[in-house]
Amino acid sequence: MGIKGIATRTLSRRDFLRALVTGSLAMSGVTAVGSLGSKASTRPGGRHANHPDSGLPHTETHPHGLSGTVGRVNHQANGFDPSTMLTEWDFGRVSTLPNGQTLREYHIAAIDKEIEVAPGVFFPGWVYNGRVPGPSLRCVEGDRVRIKFVNAGTHPHTIHFHGIHSASMDGVPGVGAGLIQPGDETIYEFDAYPFGCHLYHCHATPLKRHIHKGLYGAFVIDPDPARYSGEEQQIARTRNHLYPESKEFNEMVMVMNAFDTNFDGENEIYAVNTVAFAYMDQPIQIKRDQMQRIYLVNITEFDPINSLHLHANFFDYYDHGTTLKPTSRTVDTIMQCQAQRGILEFSFKGFEPGLYMFHAHQSEFVELGWMSFFEVVE
Amino acid sequence: MATLDKKEAATPVGFPGWAAWLLPLLALGIMLAVFALSNPLALFTANLPPIEQLNFERIRVLEGGFEATLVNGGPDPVTVSQVQVDDAYWQFEISPEATIPRLGRAQISISYPWVENEPHQIKVLTSTGLAFIGEVALATLTPTPGLEEFLAYGLLGVYVGVVPVALGMLWFPAMKKMGRRWLGAILALTVGLLVFLLVDTFLEALEVAAELPGVFQGIPLVLFAALITWLALLALGAQRRNTTGRNNALYLAILIAAGIGLHNLGEGLAIGAAFALGEAALGSFLVIGFMLHNITEGIGIVAPLVPTKQKPEMAQETPESPRIAIFAGLALLAGAPAILGAWLGGFAFSPYLAALFLGIGLGAIWQVIVEVVGLLRNYAEREGMPLFSWINLAGFLVGLGIMYLTAFLVKF
Repeated sequence: MGIKGIATRTLSRRDFLRALVTGSLAMSGVTAVGSLGSKASTRPGGRHANHPDSGLPHTETHPHGLSGTVGRVNHQANGFDPSTMLTEWDFGRVSTLPNGQTLREYHIAAIDKEIEVAPGVFFPGWVYNGRVPGPSLRCVEGDRVRIKFVNAGTHPHTIHFHGIHSASMDGVPGVGAGLIQPGDETIYEFDAYPFGCHLYHCHATPLKRHIHKGLYGAFVIDPDPARYSGEEQQIARTRNHLYPESKEFNEMVMVMNAFDTNFDGENEIYAVNTVAFAYMDQPIQIKRDQMQRIYLVNITEFDPINSLHLHANFFDYYDHGTTLKPTSRTVDTIMQCQAQRGILEFSFKGFEPGLYMFHAHQSEFVELGWMSFFEVVE
Repeated sequence: MATLDKKEAATPVGFPGWAAWLLPLLALGIMLAVFALSNPLALFTANLPPIEQLNFERIRVLEGGFEATLVNGGPDPVTVSQVQVDDAYWQFEISPEATIPRLGRAQISISYPWVENEPHQIKVLTSTGLAFIGEVALATLTPTPGLEEFLAYGLLGVYVGVVPVALGMLWFPAMKKMGRRWLGAILALTVGLLVFLLVDTFLEALEVAAELPGVFQGIPLVLFAALITWLALLALGAQRRNTTGRNNALYLAILIAAGIGLHNLGEGLAIGAAFALGEAALGSFLVIGFMLHNITEGIGIVAPLVPTKQKPEMAQETPESPRIAIFAGLALLAGAPAILGAWLGGFAFSPYLAALFLGIGLGAIWQVIVEVVGLLRNYAEREGMPLFSWINLAGFLVGLGIMYLTAFLVKF
């Protein structure tokens, strides 16, 4: 799709909303959205920022001009769509071992693939199973997890899981199978512990390059209610995908990542689930009265931390997801260092339906792509 | 018989003459076709990333936004995919096409609430993820060519060019009254002034040339422009000596004025561009600085016109008192290019033209130095003094020193 055609397209209602909010970098809640849009900017000397004769792209409704990217990413060509990725899980091929233990078998292949990270901006990625982030692996505490890893790329890779396992299964160079050369394969196998929101990533060196090229993904271990009692058991049931109570929650995976498209050690693109402003172009629809649960993982390279701020609402936070009680209650902003992760729980029950923003609270990241909308519907 | 031999020699295998001229080209065409079809370099280029080179030729600051002109100076077409302003993605329009062909241009328009007198940065992301940056050093409205602005920039040129040169010429009567032995010192002072301008023009030219896309070979462009100008002036001088051989002093004055004029054109460009880019914060200070700086140029131009009554053979060459119209003409020749420069710099700054003009100025000033030194040598010989006398060196030093010190007012 050519930029020219996109740039001159008529603005949709969604563009308008986006313009209102992003044009002034609203971070202060939904009530601010309407009023910010109507503010006209003036500069010293009292001149209006937008002049009808200036010949610049403008419409009557955008006194500030529009922040954000121009155009749309071709998700089909990418082979993955951030909107469907939110709720896509890989539960593995499930069977039962002779000792009664559940066996989950996964298949992951690393390949070289060019991906579109912002409209028209292509990044020469290294990816697991054709997507960035890689498949969101999900299992239950105590399951036997067996991952067959094939390196179909051009560089040696590994998979290093955050979780409990033996030294030989650590997926680092020089230990166990070590680096898996292009064309080779290996099997990583371990019992899934502890329950929580984890991640996996390539641990080949140079580490920075292998991570920021796209070799990472979420790895969620559900708690097994049978191991807990009372209130904790109830909570464990809502967290375990095998139990009907978990269906009360709308669960989403969000991997905060970034891309250094010109390889200068600084990111040009920030996002959740790879595509800049993906959930601005297509807000995430959530039901007002349903409980929401986000499995949030930070794998942003080059920057020491990333964060999530939810507008107009507060959430409970489970750092690493390894507890059944929140580690922070009633917060609207959390930060994570690289590889830190956690679970957010909240709902918009009783709220006015509409667009509610969430984004990193590093303004730089926000304006470089990590800005999103929930569209709360009844 | 002789003509027959010649014909046979010219077409030994029976080709007509024009075919012999075409033969190498035909062979070249065949070789290129074979090369292109067989692609023997595939081994080297199989996995090479594209080489992209985008240059910001000009960024205009408009009411409510920016307009940037991009030039593709790389070997391949470049597609502009996204634009960041101050590290934030921003919507933009690009014309005529997002894909800019080799040596092609495109204009990007961005609505942006820029802040008066603060710096901004425009970053263009191409389809391959490479980033190219253009800086707005200090945001202020780029002048649009209206009558008022036109007059204002013209006046700026008058003040930094015509006025100081004309004022400098007013020393002519005083110079006439000076003793003979001081004339050499004044000519030496002119040489000092010109050497300063030579260095200044050279450095300025290198700076502008360095900003051109590599494909245009800025520094060779400057040097060749200088070389051609110098050779043209040599040819002009040789022709003149063959035909007239008279009025050497006026010719030299015109030559000095023209050389200084070319330098002032470059100066005008720089001033116009600086004002347009909002560096006019130094405003009147800058203009006053240039007036003081350039006043010495007037002395240099009229120095060869100072009559040397005492020597009849030189008196023949120089009219007793050149007419006032000649002085006015010289002042305009040396000063008016600053007006043109200010207009170009303010409204249509082109680094190519700037590099070219500065190169021409460089060659002209060099030849002017050669000529003035020639005059000085003749003068010294007639006076029975060495060329490198202490008094001449002192004059040279004073010329250089005045220019260097007054440049403190205009360099920052």
